[in-house]
Amino acid sequence: MTTTSQPIPGTTIFDGDQAQKGYALNKMCMSFNDAANRAEFQRDEEAYCARYGLTAAQREAVRHRNVLELIAAGGNIYYLAKFAGIFGLDVQDIGAQQTGVSKAEFTGRLLAEGR
Amino acid sequence: MASIIGCVMTSHVPAIGNAIAKGRQAEPYWKEWFDGFKPVHRWLATAKPDVAVVVYNDHGLNFFLDKLPTFAIGAAVEYKTADEGWNIPTVLPFTGDPAMSWHVINSVVAEDFDVTMCQEMVVDHAVCNPMQLLWPGGEPWPVRIVPVEINTVQFPLPSAARCYRLGQAIGRAIASYPADARVLVIGTGGLSHQLDGERAGFINKEFDAAFMASLTADPSWVTRYSTLELVERTGSQGIELILWLTARAALGAGSGVSGVHEVAATYHVPISNTAAGMMLLEPTG
Repeated sequence: MTTTSQPIPGTTIFDGDQAQKGYALNKMCMSFNDAANRAEFQRDEEAYCARYGLTAAQREAVRHRNVLELIAAGGNIYYLAKFAGIFGLDVQDIGAQQTGVSKAEFTGRLLAEGR
Repeated sequence: MASIIGCVMTSHVPAIGNAIAKGRQAEPYWKEWFDGFKPVHRWLATAKPDVAVVVYNDHGLNFFLDKLPTFAIGAAVEYKTADEGWNIPTVLPFTGDPAMSWHVINSVVAEDFDVTMCQEMVVDHAVCNPMQLLWPGGEPWPVRIVPVEINTVQFPLPSAARCYRLGQAIGRAIASYPADARVLVIGTGGLSHQLDGERAGFINKEFDAAFMASLTADPSWVTRYSTLELVERTGSQGIELILWLTARAALGAGSGVSGVHEVAATYHVPISNTAAGMMLLEPTG
């Protein structure tokens, strides 16, 4: 059952539907708290994803390193941040990618909010 | 008897921990934010709390979606921190206060808040960064902690109104604790921000200002909003304001005109992707 009654533009509510859909992906991302697992993922990404039973859509989204695709496949941003961390990406990198602008432009928008 | 001597509410973004670890407090990007805590440090030097009840949200360090409590209270002897996936600098463990933890647990469950009880718990940046902001270079930490964790990951989340009532119950629990203790309540997270989706980077200064203003004289103001209404107004992660609200509710209304006195406050945009805020309130009565 979904908890979402009204859509908020550009926002995915991580409800029961999303949590079920994204379970395998989020579980894999949770494992990245451990540096040894991050290294293992980088050593053999295919095998690592297979071990967690990712769906085809999740596997594609991981391959593309695409945050919007990962969210659409049920990923939750708190766990996805651990995935992004493997590649040294911070939340400005992630924000820029999702909003289709450069990191400098994304950061500039945030700075502009402060003026 | 225990008493609540104040309530600090502050942002906890991971970037703060990195800035501290790299000694960037005086850099232009960070100076205003860190300078905002100087009056808090002066206040703490005389207020001398013994215990900090820390209301925070776990970001996938201690809890996962396999078993995700709505409310959890730590009752451990010690709380360690750990790698959250980005090799974030760690801090020394925090000493727990199991006796007070169990008193709070017993009290709030008796008031029908069915919390998950945790004798082992690792705490993430949402505990560590506020502690470092309050006590820079303070390790070993000068206070024992009682962590109160609230789910902001998996919907449905507890409503603001529910969190407010939990905070009031925590306040009553502390007030009824028989041993002497000077208790600081800390609420972490916020303010408006959104990390995920096409709306990433969302900030709402007007709402943040209204929320911060409400916390002195009209602390239940924000409970009129549903969770989705708050996500719409503050962002997916701006919903962390329920952690501020829970902490603020524990402070109670006091006995003065507004019941509480604002010792310090700061608000700064941006820190990382967030509108960062801090308030220190103390009871007047």
